[in-house]
Amino acid sequence: MIAIGMEGSANKLGIGIMLHPKDGSPPQVLANIRHTYVSPPGEGFLPKDTARHHRQWVVKLVKQALQEAKVSVDDVDCICFTKGPGMGAPLQSVVVAARMLSLLWGKELVGVNHCVGHIEMGRLITGATNPVVLYVSGGNTQVIAYSSQRYRIFGETLDMAVGNCLDRFARTLHISNDPAPGYNIEQLAKQGKQLVDLPYVVKGMDCSFSGILAAIDGLAKQWGLGGEEKAQEDEQKTIESTIATDESLESTPTRADLCFSLQETVFSMLVEITERAMAHVGSKQVLIVGGVGSNERLQEMMGIMARDRGGSVYATDERFCIDNGIMIAQAGILAYGTGFRTPLKESTCTQRFRTDEVFVKWRD
Amino acid sequence: MEEYKPPALPSPFNNTTPPPTLLIQGAEAHLYKTTSLNPSIPAALKIRPSKPYRHPILDRRLTRQRITSEARCLAKLVREGVSVPALLALDWEGHGGEEGGWGGAWLMMEWIDGPVIRVVLEQWEAWMKQNAGSLDQSQVENEEARVRGLLRKMGAAIGVLHKAGVVHGDLTTSNLMLRPFANASGTVDGTRSPSMEGDVVLIDFGLASQSNQDEDRAVDLYVLERAIGSTHPRSEPMFEEMIMGYRDSYKGAPSALKRLEDVRLRGRKRSMLG
Repeated sequence: MIAIGMEGSANKLGIGIMLHPKDGSPPQVLANIRHTYVSPPGEGFLPKDTARHHRQWVVKLVKQALQEAKVSVDDVDCICFTKGPGMGAPLQSVVVAARMLSLLWGKELVGVNHCVGHIEMGRLITGATNPVVLYVSGGNTQVIAYSSQRYRIFGETLDMAVGNCLDRFARTLHISNDPAPGYNIEQLAKQGKQLVDLPYVVKGMDCSFSGILAAIDGLAKQWGLGGEEKAQEDEQKTIESTIATDESLESTPTRADLCFSLQETVFSMLVEITERAMAHVGSKQVLIVGGVGSNERLQEMMGIMARDRGGSVYATDERFCIDNGIMIAQAGILAYGTGFRTPLKESTCTQRFRTDEVFVKWRD
Repeated sequence: MEEYKPPALPSPFNNTTPPPTLLIQGAEAHLYKTTSLNPSIPAALKIRPSKPYRHPILDRRLTRQRITSEARCLAKLVREGVSVPALLALDWEGHGGEEGGWGGAWLMMEWIDGPVIRVVLEQWEAWMKQNAGSLDQSQVENEEARVRGLLRKMGAAIGVLHKAGVVHGDLTTSNLMLRPFANASGTVDGTRSPSMEGDVVLIDFGLASQSNQDEDRAVDLYVLERAIGSTHPRSEPMFEEMIMGYRDSYKGAPSALKRLEDVRLRGRKRSMLG
């Protein structure tokens, strides 16, 4: 079976082609390409601009993916698309493209939950069998474990997603959005040394980030570290030299210190709620998925926690962590194999689509 | 996979005889049984080991905040006469561990002898199931009345806790114990229905906080209601009985219970974006 996966729930447009050989040998990724809409520093991506980007690129990417996979349209069994959750306008533009291909080629559609896509791809790549899943991205923050045909949510954010918190702080500091704001925060945080006191909000297995963002935005303002000029100044400094590195201790925090502190605080919260969930369900495996999951510091912290519990952490790299089309193809093909279809009439998308709404027929 | 080893105990527990025995390992803390002052006096030792994944400054700050808040709640409750284990000793800067440095914080409490209520209810449910055929109507009613009495006592104990200005944060039947009266025989075997005599003692204040708000109190009750529903299906219909015990226990109870109605409706079905 061959499936095309189409993903566009946020600012990445991804097309993937997945092969599940009929003889039961391991699935193969035939193509996995992505094009990201990058907004200028200090700005987020707006739905209408992102949707326009997806509309402009989708045909090109599908053609390129088919070429790369060396398959013809006739070989394709089904077209999988992201039904939700995500931003309305970008989702719509991809659904329209999927419907068009379905009618044009006479192939069946499979609507996929974005979160389930992440989980299934993570399981396939890492080989984790029944892990506790930490799903962290720009739009989602959930701790998930599988139990009787559902991916159940044990803990989640009470307000904004962790990636959103990082992205918005990157905007405050005018950090570049290319390739991703979170990635640039991670690089800057490597130079940070001083830990600034920030709120730490964990409630049971849930957590909250909005207060932390407000607090660190306030600190950035107080020390005059936000804005465009400061960003340029900082760049200048790193180019010139790194003579004045050690004097920063005990002095006012730098931009790097703020990034460092923000990461240390929010990642500690994530590891803590994941550990709670692991203790609760008695699992020793933890799988990190979603865009923030490609952060190496988060992976490192999770690794230490898992090691102390006698378990291990499974994580993937940016190809599969960050939104992509292949994960939609993977989750879609699993559902397709159990007989699941999305009739054209029902091939809609929705901004709200919880992970535990999906009936997971393909697992026991 | 290698066998899990709990972290080394902080001083002085790394050289007491007999060594403390590990009872429960949670995500946050480890519970040991040890002795206090004299080898014949048992005590409960709760250790919050340091978390090596966290930045050391953040780790100390959090551990210290949490263990002192737990101790403050316990001390306050003992003062108010609520039945909780008495606080014996505390160190938020525990030393020891492998490198002889920061090994986490610990808290020593009075040892409560007796089963947790989860076990009592489970035994009762098993006993009822086993003897379902041989009991007549009046015996069944008698048994159910005993459980109702226990639930009422639980409700009253929670009421007294709330009256003292503390919310527990994690009420389950595992965090409520039944301390038998001093003269009770205390033996539980399979042939008799378990004893339900004794004082209800509240334990584990790791997530507790000081609050007088109806919202927090109602959430406390809601958490317990959900916990009883999932672990003791047979006793769930009797949750009302617990509410009644709670209602009569202090003046602010009716308004907290009114809030409970709202909390029940809210539940957890929020949709997420992204």
